[in-house]
Formats: sequence, C-alpha cells, structure tokens
Amino acid sequence: MLKKTLLAGLALGMAMATTVAIAQEPVKIVYIGKNTGNPYFDSITGGFEDACKSLGCEFEFVAPATAEATSQIPFIEAQIQRGVNVIAIAPNSPDALNQVLDSAKAKGILVLTVNGDLVGNESHRDATILPVDFTKTGPNQVELMGSMIGYKGDIAILSATTEAPDQNTWIAAMNDTLKNDPKYKDMNLVATVYGDDQPEKSTTEMEALLSNYPNLVGVIAPTTVGIAAAAQVVQSRGIADKVHVTGLGLPSEMRDFVKDGTVSAFQLWSPYNEGWLAAHFAVGVLGGTIKNEVGSTFEVPNLGTITIADKNAMNTQAELTTFDAKNIDEFNF
Amino acid sequence: MNLLRNIFLRREAGIAVMIVLFCIAVGAVKPQFLTLDSLRIILLLTPLIMIGAMGQMLVIVARHVDLSIGSMLGFSAMVTGMMFKFYPEIWWPVGFLVSIGIGAALGLLNGVLVTLFRLPAIIVTLGTLNLYRGLTYIVSNAKQIDRQFVPSALKSMSQTSPIFGIPWIIFISFGIGLLTYGFVMHTRVGRQIFALGSNPIAAPLRGIAVNKVTLLVFTISGALSGLAGILYASRWGFVNPSNTGSGFEFQVIAAVVIGGVSINGGVGTVLGTVLGVLLLGCVAAALPLLGIPGTTQSAIYGAVILIALLIDRTVRQQGIASLSRARA
Repeated sequence: MLKKTLLAGLALGMAMATTVAIAQEPVKIVYIGKNTGNPYFDSITGGFEDACKSLGCEFEFVAPATAEATSQIPFIEAQIQRGVNVIAIAPNSPDALNQVLDSAKAKGILVLTVNGDLVGNESHRDATILPVDFTKTGPNQVELMGSMIGYKGDIAILSATTEAPDQNTWIAAMNDTLKNDPKYKDMNLVATVYGDDQPEKSTTEMEALLSNYPNLVGVIAPTTVGIAAAAQVVQSRGIADKVHVTGLGLPSEMRDFVKDGTVSAFQLWSPYNEGWLAAHFAVGVLGGTIKNEVGSTFEVPNLGTITIADKNAMNTQAELTTFDAKNIDEFNF
Repeated sequence: MNLLRNIFLRREAGIAVMIVLFCIAVGAVKPQFLTLDSLRIILLLTPLIMIGAMGQMLVIVARHVDLSIGSMLGFSAMVTGMMFKFYPEIWWPVGFLVSIGIGAALGLLNGVLVTLFRLPAIIVTLGTLNLYRGLTYIVSNAKQIDRQFVPSALKSMSQTSPIFGIPWIIFISFGIGLLTYGFVMHTRVGRQIFALGSNPIAAPLRGIAVNKVTLLVFTISGALSGLAGILYASRWGFVNPSNTGSGFEFQVIAAVVIGGVSINGGVGTVLGTVLGVLLLGCVAAALPLLGIPGTTQSAIYGAVILIALLIDRTVRQQGIASLSRARA
C-alpha cells in the first residue's frame, strides 16, 4: 500500500517535473553482488553502467569480501542510509535477508533480485531478473554433453559447493533428464563431485574422477571455476579427444581452452544483459512507464519485448547461449 | 643395526612412518593411488605449499610466526598479473623479479614492525594479513586477472617438463628446499636463526644481531610468498583478488608443524618440513579418490593433521626413551 502511494507520488512528481522543467534527481541504483573479485559480476555491472549512461541514472556496485549468507546485510543497511532509489542484489541466501529487505521496501526503495532469487520468499522483493528460465539449464547441459559424446558413455558432474541451491536444482534436473528422456538412455551418470568453487579442490576432484572412472567420456561442470579447472586437467594430460568437458563458463576464462580444442563447446547466458535489463526496468518502474505487474510487457533496447512472468520474474533470454570456436570472439565478458 | 636405529631416532621418522602407513592404507582400498600418475598429482598439489613452508619454517624456528603469507602471495601475484595485463611488452620472466621483490618488501615491513615496535609477530602478521589483502583489492579494483593475460610460457611451466615428465614448478620447489637446507646447515646466519630461536635471551650475548636475523627471516618468508605468487599464476592460470592465496597460511603452518618444527622455536629441519608438505599432499589427493563427500573432507583433513601430530610425538618420545635406555 505504502509502496503504491509512493509510486503514485513519484509518477506525479515526474509529470510535474516534465511540465515545469526537467530538474529531477537522477535515479540512484546500487547493485550488491555475492562477493568481491568475482569476474562474473563485472559483466553484470557493465550492463548496469552502460544502461545508466544512456538512461541518466547513477550506478554503484558494492559487495562483501565473502559470499556468506549474512555478509550482505550491512551493505543493504548502508545503502538504505545513503538513500538510494533501487537496491538490486544477488542474494547469498534465500531467507537470511528477509528482514533487512523489508525495511528497504518500507522506505520506498525498489528491491530487485538480479541473477538469483529469494526462492520461497519472493514477497520480500519487488521483482526478479534472471538470465534464463533456470529449469532449462539442466536439460540444455545434458543435450550439449550428449551431442559431444554421441549420446553414449559414462559421464560425471563436477559441481561447486554441496549446499548451493542453483547447482542442486540444475543437477536434479540433469538427473531427471538423463533418467526420463529415452534419447539419453545410453549416457550413464557415474558420479557427482564438489570442488567448492576452488581451483585446487576442483582439480583434485577432477583428477580423482579420471582415476576412479577410466571409462569416463564426459564431465559437466555447471560452475565457472569447475569448468576451467576440469579443462586445465584435460589440457595438461592431453586427453581432450577422450574426455569431453563442458558446463557453464565465462567466455573470458574459457577462450584459450576453446581455441586450443580442449573444450569444444560450453554454455552460459549473458550476465551483461541482466544488468542492462535491470537498469531499464528500475528506471521505467520509478518513472511510471513500466507497471510492475505479472503479465505486463515493455520494450528494452537490444532485448526486445520483456514480459513480467509469474512471481514478477523476468528473463533476458529464452535458451542458454552455446559458445564454441566460431562465436567465442563475439563475447567480451 | 646402528644405522637403522639412527634413522628411527631422527625427528622425521614419525612423519615418514605416517606417510608410508597412509599410502598403504589408501592403496589397499584404491590400488591406483600407488601409481606414478597419482605421485604426479600429489607433487603438483605441493609446490606452492613447499615454497611457503620453507619461509615459514625459518620464521617459526626464530620463535615467530607469519600469518600474512597468503595475502603476500595474493598481492605479489596480483601486481605481477597486472604487469602482464597492462604491459604485455615486458619480457615475462621479469615477473619473477617483480613478484619476489614485492613479496620481500612486504615481508621486510612485517619484520620492521616486529623488531622496531617490539610487537608479537602473531599480532603484526594478523594485521598485515588483512592489510595486504585489502591492498590487493585496491590495486586491482577487485578485478580478476584472466587466463588470457597470463603468458602461456609461464603457464606451461606447470605442465611441461625438462625431464621425467616432472613439471618445472616441482623442480623449482625442491630447488628452494635444497637452497634452504644449504642456508640453514652451512651458513653462519642460518645457524644463528636456530640459536636465536632456542634462546632469544642468550642470543645477543653471543653476538647475534637479533634484529637483523629477525628482519631476514620475515623478508625471506615474504620473498618466498612472492615466488609462490607468480607460481600460482603459472599453476592456475589466473589471479583472483579474493581467492588467490586465501587460506594459504593454514596449509603451510600445518605442514611445517606436522614436519616436526617446534612452535616454541629453535627446532626444525628441512627434511621434516618437506615430509610434512608431502603428507598434506597425499591426504588432499586421497580424499577425493576415496570418494569421500565434500561435506566431510575438511573434517577428515583436520583430523589427519591432529593424528599426524600425535603419532609424530609418540614416535619421537619412544625414540628418546630408547636412547636413554641405551645410554644407561
């Protein structure tokens, strides 16, 4: 209720401002990442920055040193104090932030989750921006793996941490796809191991997979650290023709492995477009040109028509992007 | 017979027994653990820890401790990585000088704070652990140095080999071990570190320049962290402001202490430290091979460290007991 009044007030303010003179304060947007030094977020930030250049908003990126559940709370509090208009966040926990996000919303701040959602606690944010419909990640990855190994043979999964919610959703979907789709009946998932998103640990887990499963023909690593570590092991052993590595990776980290043939293809989405969409959405909602309601649509330059789906969720693309030697140089993140 | 007894009387006996027992036990379940291939995996896990452990050993022998090595590693690797990224025209081996030089400077600063202000090393290096990590974020603007910027010649040092298929970085780490051995056994300063650690009060009376020796051990520890920094870029192909070197101090101090270096100073050997490093490498390689789930690995890793310390202590006490019996 309070929010609606505020939005109405803002819209009114906008209308008045346009009639008198355009002297409105620029929209202040902050994006709170999972942790600092994570190249993935550089790309999302780039999308925000470029969008703000064209829309005239102010943007800042902040993030805690480590990706712990509660480490983002002080950052959110500080931004409420600062008086930003929009808090976009990649939440480190689906429930630990409920209270502090509620107090942000109570101050009239537009709260968006970007690149990860508060699953089960959607009422504590206004909308979410996700790169793709995440239910497609598992099946898309299995299909890519299958196409690399002729839909036949032993495969394994190298994941991040055992408790990561997105990883577990994807892995469960991979298991389902392998079990239920007859196309993949000759693909045999022999192990799922966890490298904790550390290069050392991911490497030892990958080495152990090769040692324990000599008939292994493929490894899916749906995590950027894992896929790079797995590729490095395959590269240094010179077994790229025997063991095929794929998964979710950043083009900037995987370029060398694709060019030397260690990895023939991998997938991801565009983190850049998440930032781009989030900034356009936020400015549109605050300016009154976009209605944050399920079913409403709006146009975003370069992305086309975006529809607000169930639970106020938006996606930047319909399917995962597949990167290979042909297209990898077109991506600069 | 005498030779055998002498071997068992050495401090390193306990840890060596531990390594052999551990490998046999793992090999009984997973025979592929006792192959040359898994030896290669173990050796590739250890070079950075080995290099860090040599510096840490000297610091602990001098009755100090250096908790900042992971941050020194991270900072020197980051600056070197930024040099590769922004000045690609510079000949890449210069990176070694840069990384080692920066590490040495940071280590020297630790030493200055410890000697000049008479502060306990554990507090000083706890502070610089955070300070140096913070500086890493600042200089890098919290941005990772990606794989494409690290020279391929540097990366291939972790993969190509001069001989026997053993990559260069393993030779470098054992080379550092040999140099450290020569330094502590055959130089005056090297012996003074031990004298200082066994009795810091008597040391100046015997003409040891305590401050100089202290500055030296911290500078060496920093320089070796810097070397480990550029080798991190070689081994993993990237430098990340938060991950690179994070937790390095725990692995290294565990290896040094398992290797029989006394935390009370004055006691420790290069061989023992090398064995401590190898035991940690064996454990780290064996846990995933045994299919132990990620959730329990770190508990088991910790337990193995404690068991190793207990066995080491027991074996050594029995050695001492049999020695006194023999003399009686």
